[in-house]
Amino acid sequence: MLQWLPENVSTFGQGVDNLFHAIYYLTLVVFILVMGTLIVFLIKYRHQEGKKADYIEGSTTLEIVWTAATTVIVFVLAMFSYPQWNNIKSQFPENPDVVVQVSGKQFNWDMTYPGPDNEFGTDDDLELENELHVPINAVVHIRLTSEDVIHSFFLPHLRVKQDALPNRFINVWFEATKAGRYEIPCAELCGFGHSGMLGYLNVHAQADYDAWVQERWP
Amino acid sequence: MHDNEHTEHHHEESFIRKYIFSLDHKTIGKQFLIYGLIMFFVGGGLALLFRWQLAYPDQPLPIIGASQQYLDEGEVVTGADRMWERIYDSDKEEWLEVSMPSGVITPEFYNMLFTMHATIMVFFVVVPILVGAFGNFLIPLMIGTRDMAFPILNMLSFWLAVLAAIVMAIGFFVPGGHAAAGWTGYAPLSADPQWTGVEWGQNLWAISLLIQGFSSLVGSINYITTIINMRAPGMTFFRMPLVIWSLFIVAILLLLAFPVLSSALALLIFDRLAGTTFFSATAEGGGDPLLWQHLFWFFGHPEVYILILPGMGIASELIPVFSRKPIFGYRSMVYAMIAIAFLGWIVWGHHMFQSGMRPGMGNFFMTTTMLIAVPSAIKTFNWLGTMFRGSIRFTTPMLHGIAFVSMFVIGGLSGIYMANTPVDIYIHDTYYIVAHIHYVVFGGSLFAIFGGIIFWFPKMYGRYMNDALSKIHFWLTFIAFNCTFFPMHILGVGGHLRRIANPQQYEYLQVFEGMNIFITMSAFTLGFAQLILVFNYFWSMYKGKVAEQNPWHVNTLEWEAPTPVPHGNFGQIPTVYRGPYEYSVPGEESDWIPQAQPEHAPATSGD
Repeated sequence: MLQWLPENVSTFGQGVDNLFHAIYYLTLVVFILVMGTLIVFLIKYRHQEGKKADYIEGSTTLEIVWTAATTVIVFVLAMFSYPQWNNIKSQFPENPDVVVQVSGKQFNWDMTYPGPDNEFGTDDDLELENELHVPINAVVHIRLTSEDVIHSFFLPHLRVKQDALPNRFINVWFEATKAGRYEIPCAELCGFGHSGMLGYLNVHAQADYDAWVQERWP
Repeated sequence: MHDNEHTEHHHEESFIRKYIFSLDHKTIGKQFLIYGLIMFFVGGGLALLFRWQLAYPDQPLPIIGASQQYLDEGEVVTGADRMWERIYDSDKEEWLEVSMPSGVITPEFYNMLFTMHATIMVFFVVVPILVGAFGNFLIPLMIGTRDMAFPILNMLSFWLAVLAAIVMAIGFFVPGGHAAAGWTGYAPLSADPQWTGVEWGQNLWAISLLIQGFSSLVGSINYITTIINMRAPGMTFFRMPLVIWSLFIVAILLLLAFPVLSSALALLIFDRLAGTTFFSATAEGGGDPLLWQHLFWFFGHPEVYILILPGMGIASELIPVFSRKPIFGYRSMVYAMIAIAFLGWIVWGHHMFQSGMRPGMGNFFMTTTMLIAVPSAIKTFNWLGTMFRGSIRFTTPMLHGIAFVSMFVIGGLSGIYMANTPVDIYIHDTYYIVAHIHYVVFGGSLFAIFGGIIFWFPKMYGRYMNDALSKIHFWLTFIAFNCTFFPMHILGVGGHLRRIANPQQYEYLQVFEGMNIFITMSAFTLGFAQLILVFNYFWSMYKGKVAEQNPWHVNTLEWEAPTPVPHGNFGQIPTVYRGPYEYSVPGEESDWIPQAQPEHAPATSGD
């Protein structure tokens, strides 16, 4: 089933995918065991003339075993997940190479580059509609916000998703590892134009990106 | 057995008193059941409409849509074309023209369809049937009393639910259309008409849910009081059938959770009509959109367990009866349900991992959420344990019970993906969650509901449901259900967003066109299969094979009452001597000992 995952092109995406795979195989094994047991029971213990069911009220040992086993599995899984989550959502690499403000607005993504002075709200800001340009292998920080309702900034290929809230700036980061043009759908219902609210992330090789910057701010 | 005063002074009631404004818990239960089944078809119909759009985006609907020739050349060829011609000729703006020009679903209408599908299914189908119908019908009968503690409140609860349904129905026909902000109604989309163009639709949505909240509140007070105070002599808490335990726990959850939604809805109405800004942040200050999400999900997550716990209860009745064995680990089943209900209060943040809530909270909510796997696993293993070395009868209710367990396993396992915060980043708001919720609520609750209906039908109407039809319905539903919802897991892994009207607008979703068509075909099959159930239900009410008093040889008290159950239920209130699952007791001739059978007491420790 996991071959349906879009190709991962971010540094932390592999961590997400590894967890995805781990849970997939864990749940698959549990599923096969439970369903296998169920089917065996259904066949073996079907009603047969002259055979009576055994009177079994339960087993405290078994209850303790499966309670403890499940609890242990849950905590082990949680232990592996905390660092990934913290890495993506709260522990940001400092000194980003690029900072962009992304603002959701029914039904577009407005991208604002601070320009050479690295400050938003100045004359050299560059505003682009639905087109985000970043260099490859560089830490990108997004200042995510919204001008009206809640939108959700989703980069399926980079395993990034974050809701954009009005009057609030939420930081998002990523580092793309492969050049290309990737879709940025809005993942949170935002009105009648929600379907089709779509931007593009253009990941450039460093030289191409520098050329693009040169062209914008000569 | 002698008639006591309750049945003696029982006189003929007028038709209205007996069938419409009835105070009898059994009639109210049946009213809730029929109410839920009607709404089930409304909710299902809405789903079929948007399934069409997902498979064939922007193409006219079959039968009611205009033909391709009409669209291309304006030439009238079919009856539907004539209808559209008439609509376009008329001066006033018709409802159909606005929402489905030429039979093509507009994005606005699409948003309304899935919003109302979920709202109706959650608040007007699953809760009324599980809690309203089974709760009312079963609680007094299974704990051995004559009626609910507050019969008038009980009637009020049903008629408030009817009022809520009427208010909700009016919303479809007001200008601007019905609510279209999702069943979760996230603010500010829902809080200000300028974002959706929906005016009174959203207001009526909120008002209707407020009324439904009062209905639930009244009902839950009644259930709790009845179960605590009116159990038959000998019916200790730990001799109660598990379905009663589940309804007891659910009533407590409803009592505590629904007021939270009600207050959120009241604030939402203020925001929409009185100009307050509880849920919208403005430059000048105001409230916070996340407040709505916290309130909604603080109600919403217990609500999810309200939707599944009675299903677990019903399955816990069906499986021992048809395995002819005691339930495995009765007490651990009870404690597991209590644990699920308790955990339900501290997991709501898992709906909000990507919402902008402080990321540190994600770790806490992930841990509590994954812990729900523990009581869920206990329950699943106990159901398996119940079948172990049993003598399994494959009756139709049992088939539904087995389907419940299997579908619940899939729904439970798929929940782990979303509980896991890093994986949730990717699958949040994709079809993965759609698959998950439907495996739990349709695969889980609805199979339990179907099984319960067939199982208790002989007690409700004194007749069996037609078994051949029930079996056809079961297999069609089981296959079509899995064909509809299993592929949605794959869509989710592919990143297919939920709530989009046209997946063809996205390059990375092009590959899923065929799968979407397959899902839609299966969904239509699933929808039509339900007609069999409804036909069977009403046909069997009058023409079904007459059933004896206890056709399945069940121990619990409802089968002690004569069939059909008279007003007041029991001639004499039964005394309970043992637990509810004494099947195949060693050394006994028969493989079942009813709870009210005095001999052998206290041979087995029922609890």
